[in-house]
Amino acid sequence: MDNHRHQHNDPAHCRDILAQLNDYLDGELAESLCRELEQHLAECPDCRTVYDSLSRTIHIYRTLRDVPAELSQDVEERLMHRIKVSLNVG
Amino acid sequence: MPGPIIDLTIYENEEMLLAGLRRRDPDACACLIKRFAPLVYAQAMRLLGDADEAEGVLQQTFIKACDRLDTYEGRSGLSSWLYRIATNEALMHLRQRSSRIDLDDVAETIQEDELPQRLTPWTFDPAAAALNSELRTTLEQALATLPETLRTVFVLRDIQGLSTEETAAALGLGESAVKVRLHRARLRLRELLSAYMQEY
Repeated sequence: MDNHRHQHNDPAHCRDILAQLNDYLDGELAESLCRELEQHLAECPDCRTVYDSLSRTIHIYRTLRDVPAELSQDVEERLMHRIKVSLNVG
Repeated sequence: MPGPIIDLTIYENEEMLLAGLRRRDPDACACLIKRFAPLVYAQAMRLLGDADEAEGVLQQTFIKACDRLDTYEGRSGLSSWLYRIATNEALMHLRQRSSRIDLDDVAETIQEDELPQRLTPWTFDPAAAALNSELRTTLEQALATLPETLRTVFVLRDIQGLSTEETAAALGLGESAVKVRLHRARLRLRELLSAYMQEY
């Protein structure tokens, strides 16, 4: 595992930036803070890596929404049966 | 024994499928299940992490959907409508669980061990790559390791696409709690995926 070796001189500032990263990614960070954050990302390779990979994490999970599970035949048959019973009773 | 063979092209679009369902056409019902059950089951599994409970949610979702067809207005598309029913059902299951919740899992600040450790740039670009089964399994496995408190927020916000406000209302949380839990979930998943993404 690699260490969080901040190349920025102010690790506390990196933590503040990290705390704002979520709002930034969701487009909910105030404009004035965006500029400060972007300036930091331009100067701090580690924070830029976190930003890039966090952004990719969100992007790839969004694609899961329309990815179906493999439904076993048993599960499908039990579902069909339950619906049939329910419709007949209804 | 092979399952029933259903021609999924009988109904050219959702409107025709819906008309068939309202006529109580058995083919329409089977078609609805073939098309949407795998999606609904995947969503239930992500929220609950338990195959038996997910199957219960799957069945309840389709029974309720068939009961409520007359109230479906078609504004959001069938899959979104079914997801909403399934989410409500899954959240009811979660509320009925009496499992002990670890205080760290509901902490409203980023925990020390959630700070980024892996800082090698990813070679993988999800925007340019197809979601193959190996990658999908990796994503689902990483998600399954999250504690329920973080996983539910992440699934509703980042997979299902609900807003912060909608997620807060669905889970009975404040919006700030949703934001912090989402951030913690994203950081943990980023960490879990990093090793895989650097070798991809």
